[in-house]
Amino acid sequence: MRVALFVTCLGDQFFAEACADAVRLLRHVGAEVSFPTDQTCCGQPAFNSGHRREALRMMRHTTQVFADAEYVVLPSGSCAGMVRSMYSGLSDTDEARAAAEDLAARTYELSEFLVSVADCEELGDGLTGHRVAYHHGCHALRELGVSDQPVTLLRSCGAEVIEWSADRECCGFGGTFSAKLPEVSAAMADHKLDTLPDVDVVTSADGGCLLQLSGRAGRRELPVPFRHLASLLWQGVAGAEAPRGSA
Amino acid sequence: MTGSSPEYRPGAYREAAAHSLRETPMVRDSVGSATRTFDSLRAHAYADVESDRWRDWARDVKGHALTHLDQYLEQAERSLVRNGVHVHWAATAEDVHRVIAKVVETHGVRTVVKSKSMLSEELDVNAHLESLGVRPVETDLGEYIIQLLDEPPSHIVGPAIHRSLDDCRVLFHERLGTPLDSEPDELAAAARAALREDFLSADLGISGGNFLAADTGTVALIENEGNIRLTTSVPRVHVALVGIEKVVPRFEDLAGLLQLTARAATGQPIGLFVSLIQGPRTGDEVDGPEEVHVVLVDNGRTTLFEDDVAWEALRCVRCGACLNICPVYRQTGGHAYGWTYSGPIGAIISPGLLGLDRALPLPHASSLCGACTDVCPVRIPIPELLIHWRERTVDEGRNSTAERLGMKAYAGLAERPGAFSAAASALRWTPWRAAGRALPVLSGWVQERDAPSPSPRSFRDLWREGIE
Repeated sequence: MRVALFVTCLGDQFFAEACADAVRLLRHVGAEVSFPTDQTCCGQPAFNSGHRREALRMMRHTTQVFADAEYVVLPSGSCAGMVRSMYSGLSDTDEARAAAEDLAARTYELSEFLVSVADCEELGDGLTGHRVAYHHGCHALRELGVSDQPVTLLRSCGAEVIEWSADRECCGFGGTFSAKLPEVSAAMADHKLDTLPDVDVVTSADGGCLLQLSGRAGRRELPVPFRHLASLLWQGVAGAEAPRGSA
Repeated sequence: MTGSSPEYRPGAYREAAAHSLRETPMVRDSVGSATRTFDSLRAHAYADVESDRWRDWARDVKGHALTHLDQYLEQAERSLVRNGVHVHWAATAEDVHRVIAKVVETHGVRTVVKSKSMLSEELDVNAHLESLGVRPVETDLGEYIIQLLDEPPSHIVGPAIHRSLDDCRVLFHERLGTPLDSEPDELAAAARAALREDFLSADLGISGGNFLAADTGTVALIENEGNIRLTTSVPRVHVALVGIEKVVPRFEDLAGLLQLTARAATGQPIGLFVSLIQGPRTGDEVDGPEEVHVVLVDNGRTTLFEDDVAWEALRCVRCGACLNICPVYRQTGGHAYGWTYSGPIGAIISPGLLGLDRALPLPHASSLCGACTDVCPVRIPIPELLIHWRERTVDEGRNSTAERLGMKAYAGLAERPGAFSAAASALRWTPWRAAGRALPVLSGWVQERDAPSPSPRSFRDLWREGIE
């Protein structure tokens, strides 16, 4: 399995250690990991704000960068959703559409890849006794259909995944939405935080959601720890002594 | 809403939403609790049937009717006329007002009983009636409450869900003299007693229409309180306001559509009352109006229909399921949206009906989470349509110059990996609060949240050094 890692903008800058943990996880399940250094942004911020021309430019760039990859894996449900579910419809020529559909067929969110492609359902026991809340990022859940895989993996590492009534409700990030309508966005995060059960850590497959929830929890001085799914799963493999992921 | 609220118009969405969250947090509590209850009832009602197949079917029936709209509307008109109904075509709200004014004049109408109709809200029918010296009485309990409060509806199905039970206790105590500790049943009974007088004295009943079957000319209405049945059968004259998108080909289509709409709206197998109106009272019938008018209303719908993408929103059956599940709507309820239709469906039909310039920023009032599409009984691809209106905003140059230039620059950087990573690293170390003045994205963020802590080294750097 040759995997090209697409770390995404937020991954590169705010979840670098989690992305490194993604590399470790992928190698752990036998993948040969590469990092095409010409990668930039998938174009989702432009696409979701209605800037179709700009999104198309970023899509063209991304399909070229990953043209030769056997698999493309992203530690982000929403960026994976952009590539897999939106690129085809965004295409302006038959050629672009063919390239988009070809890339979509090779693209996976990290936990999805681990379970569905690498056939991994057991990672380790490094999360034994940890009470974990899993936030379903909307695009992982709805555009990719990723819902059981992260939970299965967390449980396989010994974590107790605690029921959370709002686990499938949007955190209010929504990319530029969070900055254009900050008051409503924050109220959405508040509902998530106010319904959160007593857990040791909150995790998600999406960095954007984690920034939103942790940023709001920080502003409200709520002592809730957040960690990216990739870091938590690597801790599941390597135990508590594993290199600590960021956030 | 309180007196100091921002203006009631879509353009004031952000201020109105912020004001609601800050000044009336109980609205968020009431709306949150009501919508979560509605949604959970819907989920159970969907699970009891093959709802995915029902929804595919409903999407196809409504889609077929819309793509043959002229044919079915003409057929519906012929059927209605055959049934003895007066048919009127109204291109605008003013046309509707003229039809109503004529009926009021002809029959010397002084009191009108109305059943809940979002279309009548859209057309400002009550204000028009008042201008004619006619007293409109809303007979749906929720509508009755907000009419007493002089507020617009905040939800398509539950117009008063932004109000708590205690709000209603105080209101009814002041207006109807009920005790302050009345139970909901007692409040409903007090409203019923007051309304009964109005039903008996009204000269005209005005209703909406959930569906209009073209082959039989049947106007179908669903409800739970019986007030629609009375509105459409007790007064001498009945006027039904029906949007042109409500036409469906066949009478038998109503069976599926009425059940699906009830399941989507309130989780019921069907509304407690279904009225199938076939025209005025005929010789051997003991009740029903002497005269029935159906007003087929466009009011911007053909403009929406002509848009190759946005037209799909016209399939909407006004069940409110998308409002109930929407995490954005749940924070404020409907008033913040500033017009008749709120929530996800409001954000995609208001730009068509009002014009994009008047509807902005509603298409942006969504995180694009997609929960709405999961529940829509006619499978309207709501996030896709939201993005479509955002694209039209850009195409028509209605977004800010800063955003336009920013996105162009961003796309330019994304095509030059070296420059992109340098710029990304710079952003990582930008003091967000201080830079907020120059970059509105950052100020919006830090207004409500702590700035994120950047990774000490970028992934790019970690990769270069080697990951073990």
